[in-house]
Amino acid sequence: MKSIYSKQTLKHFRSPHNFGEIKDADAVGEAGNIVCGDVMNLYLKIGKNKKGEEVIKEAKFKTYGCVAAIATSSVITDLVRGKTIDEALKISKDQIVETLQGLPPIKIHCSVLATEALAEALYQYFLKNKKKIPLELLKRHEIIEKSKKIIEERYQGWIKLQKAIKK
Amino acid sequence: MKKIYLDYAASTPIDSRVLQIMEKHLKNNFANSMSLHFFGQKAALAVEESRQKIAKIINAKSEEIIFTSSATESNNLALKGLAFAAKNRGKSHLIVSLIEHDCVLESAKWLKSQGFKVSFLSVNKDGFINLEELKKLIGKNTFLVSVMHANNEIGTIQDISLIGKICRKKGVYFHTDAAQTFGREKIDVEKMDIDLLTASSHKIYGPKGVAFLYVRKEVVIEPILHGGGHEGGLRSSTLNVPAIVGFAKASEIMQKEAQKENERLKNLRDYMIEQILTQIPRTHLNGHPKMRLANNINISFHGVEGESLVMELSFAGIAVSTGSACSSKNLMPSHVLQALGLPPQEAHGSLRISLGRYTTKEEIDKTIFALKKNIEKLRKISPF
Repeated sequence: MKSIYSKQTLKHFRSPHNFGEIKDADAVGEAGNIVCGDVMNLYLKIGKNKKGEEVIKEAKFKTYGCVAAIATSSVITDLVRGKTIDEALKISKDQIVETLQGLPPIKIHCSVLATEALAEALYQYFLKNKKKIPLELLKRHEIIEKSKKIIEERYQGWIKLQKAIKK
Repeated sequence: MKKIYLDYAASTPIDSRVLQIMEKHLKNNFANSMSLHFFGQKAALAVEESRQKIAKIINAKSEEIIFTSSATESNNLALKGLAFAAKNRGKSHLIVSLIEHDCVLESAKWLKSQGFKVSFLSVNKDGFINLEELKKLIGKNTFLVSVMHANNEIGTIQDISLIGKICRKKGVYFHTDAAQTFGREKIDVEKMDIDLLTASSHKIYGPKGVAFLYVRKEVVIEPILHGGGHEGGLRSSTLNVPAIVGFAKASEIMQKEAQKENERLKNLRDYMIEQILTQIPRTHLNGHPKMRLANNINISFHGVEGESLVMELSFAGIAVSTGSACSSKNLMPSHVLQALGLPPQEAHGSLRISLGRYTTKEEIDKTIFALKKNIEKLRKISPF
């Protein structure tokens, strides 16, 4: 079928890998916003490898969103598996886009959804386990929080409009 | 796999009877309708006959019909043409509803940037404007009210004769975008107090690239396209004779078949709505259950995003459309669904299914089945 999406993107969208929840997850990250139409929850199981480093043993996701949002969610669960936390933090949106053999220009922002969910999951993991949060992750968390605020402010206008209409 | 087209509100396939007559004119009626020789006059005659046929359908005079290239052009001409004429009369305020097509909203916003004052009429949860609000908004400075006849996304049909009456009483021009209703619903510009009206050919099984703007005789507008003085000087451009002839033929066929066809479509529509709402949990209908286009269905599926659903259905050979944000640049869902006050999740999960002349019950049943299957699948992935 002719589509704005690559074959690889459609494949991940139609048969996503690792969807669902991990009930006893060690880390959960949420990204996106329902106002913009995409929300991703990423669940991680974190254990130790032979060298004693912390590695991501399992990753699952639940995503509400468009084709690109679901495909990028699926891809990141593949990419993080077996990676140490340091390695996982280095996964970039470009890497996700590359794995999907490209995304349409207006959908590039969707690939950020997956990296943000991952960053948030690891941030929560550090926080929960009272570990020192790497400076870069701290910065990313702050940026994510800030953009959330901006969107919520935009949402205020919508809520106001809804109230006015229901009156 | 047999493909199922359920996006008739976006565009329609050309009727074979229309194609046949167009082919004749494409081959044999090539001259410029402005030329004085017999070749030209033959083309001019075909245009004038078409104009008469179309005018009759809305109870207008044929000289009140201006042929254009699209509903977008007609709406631009209506708003901008009237605005520039109103400026000469010292008036600068126009009123449009929040659920107009983008070509009306964007024209209004552009006029605002040019110094005009624009008011936006809100709608209730079913998509109807508030007539009291309209009355309050009309002031001494107002020259135009533009409210669409039926909405292209949610299908809500406004009571335009009431709007027309208010405008006429207040001495303000009333324009209605009838792209979704011309040929389908009864329109009488005299009885309904309509001063300007937009209609398009490709929505009624005619060719693309042709539309018209009805402008009541005493209404003065300025042209947007200046040139050879075609269409009474209001729209210069060599006339697209085969398309105009095709448009007139399509209009005639629609009018003749509309009543029977609307009954058939209403039955299919109501059947499909009922089946979806009862068979699939967490769904709701957008727009009014009865005061809607005979071929329009707009349903929100909670927990599922519209674009994903459209793509899954497309893989199943079914063509429908969505008001989800994902294809829009600002990431906000359709302005129509926002204006209804839908919460984000319901707005992003909306699907517009529009039926047409070739839609069968079998196709509807197949679509319901595919919807059920794919919504289940997408809800399994979704956190909501």
